Amino acid sequence: MWRIRAFEERVGELTRADEVYGLVHLSIGQEGVAAGVCGQLRADDAVYSNHRAHGHVIAKGAPIERVLAELMGRENGLCRGLGGSMHLVDAEHGFMGATGVVGGNVPLALGSALASRLLGSDAVAVVFFGDGAVQGGIFVESVNLAALWRLPAILVCENNGFAEFTPRSAHTNVERVGDVVAPWGLARETVDGNDVVAVHEAFGRFLAGARRGDGPMLLECLTHRLRGHYEGDPARYREALAAEEWQERDPILRLQRRGAVEGWFDGRVPGRLEHEARTEVEEAVRLARESPFPPPSLVSELVYAGL
Amino acid sequence: MAHELPYIAAIAEAIHEEMERDETVLYFGQNIATSENDPFLQAFGSDRVRVTPISETAEIGIAVGAAFAGYRPVVELYMAEFMLVAMDQVVNEAPRFHYMSGGQVKVPIVLKAGYGFTCGWAGQHTGSIYGMFMGVPGLKVALPATAADAKGLMTASIRDDNPVVFFHHYLLTLEHGEVPDGEYVVQLGEAAVRREGGDVTIVALGWLLGKALKAAEQLAAEGINAEVIDPRSLAPLDTATILESVAKTGRLVIVDQSTRHGSAAAVIAAEVASEGFSSLRAPIKLVCALDATIPYSEPMEAYLLPDEAKIVDAVQQVLGFAPVGV
Repeated sequence: MWRIRAFEERVGELTRADEVYGLVHLSIGQEGVAAGVCGQLRADDAVYSNHRAHGHVIAKGAPIERVLAELMGRENGLCRGLGGSMHLVDAEHGFMGATGVVGGNVPLALGSALASRLLGSDAVAVVFFGDGAVQGGIFVESVNLAALWRLPAILVCENNGFAEFTPRSAHTNVERVGDVVAPWGLARETVDGNDVVAVHEAFGRFLAGARRGDGPMLLECLTHRLRGHYEGDPARYREALAAEEWQERDPILRLQRRGAVEGWFDGRVPGRLEHEARTEVEEAVRLARESPFPPPSLVSELVYAGL
Repeated sequence: MAHELPYIAAIAEAIHEEMERDETVLYFGQNIATSENDPFLQAFGSDRVRVTPISETAEIGIAVGAAFAGYRPVVELYMAEFMLVAMDQVVNEAPRFHYMSGGQVKVPIVLKAGYGFTCGWAGQHTGSIYGMFMGVPGLKVALPATAADAKGLMTASIRDDNPVVFFHHYLLTLEHGEVPDGEYVVQLGEAAVRREGGDVTIVALGWLLGKALKAAEQLAAEGINAEVIDPRSLAPLDTATILESVAKTGRLVIVDQSTRHGSAAAVIAAEVASEGFSSLRAPIKLVCALDATIPYSEPMEAYLLPDEAKIVDAVQQVLGFAPVGV
């Protein structure tokens, strides 16, 4: 969580300084979900995400300097500068793709889940999406097939109450994402996405079930996106969260407080974690700045695979 | 050695033989196996041969995800228009992931869809809409006009590491042809010269190849020798063969069942006009469907579509024997 937070905050600065180019969607505030879920996965478990993928790709094991280099369009980026923020892929660590069109990632995850079944593996597929994706036809269509074919897929919804610039209530009458999938009988739960321990515990149970072949499941994580939809979004469509309220809800502060109360987090640890994270991110910035841009001729080389 | 098969069976033979050779080839789609006795199901089982609900977007998305993991799915879509339901997967996801990932993943899928039927199947089941896929980077488009090519191009499409849209013409379904036995590959991106001639180049797509060849016979009786070219795939497009022919004949007529601006003909014409202008002795002539949705009533269908008479007329125009009209 600390690493994701440090990364995202730095990316926000770099975006404003035009060193990170283009359209970027930060996940500040939603770190608890990425950390609680991805920390339990193996490299052969396929993870898919959406336009707000930085936290997920880092939590899945992508080297931070290569994620940052990608956001800065460098040759050393995960995708050699060809994908960018919304299309991160780190196949080596099982992060199979972030997609920029809402809902497009859901059937892709089912494809990975199907492959796992055909290979006789207990690897699972996990797909992250927001509450906004749930009203799309592709979501419901995918849930139907996942249930029919009993695929080892875990659908993780980061319900931050907003689909781009409008609240959930403007999108649907169904308040709980879990209720949308009810007819297909998926195992489903709604948890506080900003309580990383709760996310970890619930996802852990789902993961064990999915590996056993219990079929697809949905974990709805209620969370909060602290920044706008994209970096630069003036976010006039909602009231800014008061600083005090955010202190109550911040997943990192909540873990710290819990750790302090329960005695397993001595007072110096949070500071040290934050410092280490920021140091790691600064080193990534330095490495990315030193990495060359890819040769422009690369644009024509990877259009087709093979010849 | 070869055996005679109808076009549609040649395609099935290619899929079957590839599934035998390569256990990563999967086959799914709506209604593809309607009983336990289905030959594909019998041969390969229900893990590899899957009936899907009416869910084109999910079907194709699943194919893409499975392809990332090393499988080679063939998705049966039946109608080109049904593929349009899934355009996010066909255009935004499948062809772009190899590129956007910097080469980390491959998407070896085949999307099989029929087109061009007419016969009263009307506005949403008859379109020749391959033109809209030609410019999608990373997507390949196969368009067989003969039974042999139907087999060879399907084999090549399955073996290709890229997503391939395989369009088969419904009016060719029962056209018999000599199909090579066993392994047969027709590479994508290689046009075929079906008839040699020196007076005019006719490029004809799909079912219209047959019409073009008949028109060529009629023209031959009038002393006009047409060279007829079958592109066989639209992406990659073998412009070199077409340019070589136009360098010889100086005149080009392109016959395409699409509406004009959405046609492959327009792309081919642009390539020849831009790369082969000095060879041309007359303007390029496009014989396309009129710019309208395919109507239901039979006389209207015939009015709107290219036919032999229109092809002959176009040739006569580019040879200067008739005024160049609309």
